[in-house]
Amino acid sequence: MEALREGMRQAMQQDERVFVIGEDIGVYGGAFGVTAGLIDEFGPKRIIDTPISEAGIAGAVIGAAITGMRPIGEIQFSDFVVISMEQLVMQGAKMRFMFGGKADVPFVMRLAGGSGTGAAAQHSESLENWFVHVPGLKVVMPSSPYDAKGLLLAAIQDNNPIMFFEHKLLYKTKGPVPEEMYTIPLGQSHVVREGKDLTLIATSIMVSRAQQAAEQLAEEGIEIEIIDPRTLKPLDEKPIVDSVIKTGKALIVHEAVKTGGFGGELAAVIMESEAFAYLDAPVRRLAGLDMPIPYNRNLEYHAVPQVENIVEEARKLVKGQY
Amino acid sequence: MAGNSKNEKLIGGILPESKARDLLYKMVLTRTFEENAEEMYALGKVHGTMHLSIGQEAIAAGSSPALKKSDYLLNTHRGHGHFLMWGGDLNRMMAEFMGKEAGYCRGRGGSMHIADVESNNLGAQGIVAGNLPISVGVGLSIQMRKTDQVVLTLFGDGASNEGAFHESLNMAAIWDLPVIYLCENNQYAMSMAFERAFRIEQVSERAAAYGMVGLTIDGNDVIAVYKAVSEAAERARKGNGPTLIEAVTYRWRGHSKSDRQLYRTREEVKEWMEKDPIQRFAKVLGVNEAQMKEIQAQAKEDIRKAVEFAEASPEPDVSTILEGIYA
Repeated sequence: MEALREGMRQAMQQDERVFVIGEDIGVYGGAFGVTAGLIDEFGPKRIIDTPISEAGIAGAVIGAAITGMRPIGEIQFSDFVVISMEQLVMQGAKMRFMFGGKADVPFVMRLAGGSGTGAAAQHSESLENWFVHVPGLKVVMPSSPYDAKGLLLAAIQDNNPIMFFEHKLLYKTKGPVPEEMYTIPLGQSHVVREGKDLTLIATSIMVSRAQQAAEQLAEEGIEIEIIDPRTLKPLDEKPIVDSVIKTGKALIVHEAVKTGGFGGELAAVIMESEAFAYLDAPVRRLAGLDMPIPYNRNLEYHAVPQVENIVEEARKLVKGQY
Repeated sequence: MAGNSKNEKLIGGILPESKARDLLYKMVLTRTFEENAEEMYALGKVHGTMHLSIGQEAIAAGSSPALKKSDYLLNTHRGHGHFLMWGGDLNRMMAEFMGKEAGYCRGRGGSMHIADVESNNLGAQGIVAGNLPISVGVGLSIQMRKTDQVVLTLFGDGASNEGAFHESLNMAAIWDLPVIYLCENNQYAMSMAFERAFRIEQVSERAAAYGMVGLTIDGNDVIAVYKAVSEAAERARKGNGPTLIEAVTYRWRGHSKSDRQLYRTREEVKEWMEKDPIQRFAKVLGVNEAQMKEIQAQAKEDIRKAVEFAEASPEPDVSTILEGIYA
């Protein structure tokens, strides 16, 4: 969370065209505190509290972006993006193309997604893949504080509309983050851990769960290679394909529901590539159950992949049980 | 756009005569463009669909010409007239209409998405009310950049019933954004008659709910539109916020090419055709029938040349199909 805040602060210090707009982001500091204190430094003209108007927020960032500003919008819970779908999908994403490539629409829309907070079905979804399906948008999903800052700063500098999905449970993650400004290029997959037995591709919070799983499996002598795409769109396919060529096995893990999720896309990327010939087991997906997120703590826990599920699935795959 | 009057006669006490004559010509040009578009569609020279503004030309003539070149336009799907009045080049417009590379949007947008960002024309609109939230962002951007620009946002009576209308007008009002909301009430949202879709008499009554100035004017009267938009622009430039103008008019043609017009009577259409905004403005300017014929002949000639230009322009090369999606 501090990494994101520092990224926004530095971007705003460096470029006066950058501003933040969203619900309760001023004195309140944002529903999760990401923008806390920014209003003291930049004032209400650059940290803009809006009425509860998600279509208006999306329109505000689009209109400001095409007229020379570099806005950052915040959708308080990513679920509420449904109210701004028309603006994001029909307007922001397509504007440049419809106008013959003659408009820049440089905005970042930050969205807080994911389950695990007991917020139930309308405040816990993982909707990133909807936007992967929309030409014109880029989709970013950081999994660590270091990546969060670097990717956010890269997104702010990018001249395209960007959907930036943050996971609520990751806001309290600790990790080294350089104080200075730095960017992580969009469209660069990250090999988080090297291994020879299985390629595990994970997004967002599933990257840290995969790391925990990998540590447990290492004790059994199973070496997992973990790859975090970091940007779902554009997707950097090469490290994924290279890894599967090396390991011959692929497991995809994400929190979003399995059907129609990003895992299907990743599986297809592998199957269509030269890695297909090297596969010695089916590509497997471990994802959220095809259901709304339940309220009950135990049910919520079981609705999305946990460390033990990843351990079990990876072990079966490596041991040839599929 | 807003020209110097010198010692010229002011039509309606506000519009310099030479400018007024130019507007009359552009109204005729708009209608000729659209009549020609209908013919080309029938001949299969253009495809897709189109939304004709025949009968509504006075609103385009009175609105953007009341603004400065540095201002912004957010147009509607029924926006040929507004595009021309904003200063659109007829040749490039026709080329876009025919899907050619020389068109404003390289043939990628067509009639419904035609834009010219370079001249602050931020595009026509395929989604009813889709441009309303965007005007909030344009307004904010103007405010942050501390310029005296305004944004003219066009929409219809139908768009006034979308949720985006509410979010947009409220945000523009609370922040005193320099937005001119110009509602072209042409009586029908596709087939839905105004009185079936509203429990109020006038769209402009809604302005009070947002704490902004609202007014209803005769949308077939160029001078009335010009005055209302000029005043709204002045209000916006002074930092006094947005205005909702409802310009009452009538769409002579169907909603689009699929419309069989089963929802209204021929008598009603005929009644409104007698209130032709072009004839009316010609009368104001003292333009007689013979002069009108000349103007129409000139418009036809200009359209003919534009069609010639567009027909001679190359089709987009298929090898460029993926261009322009990302920066």
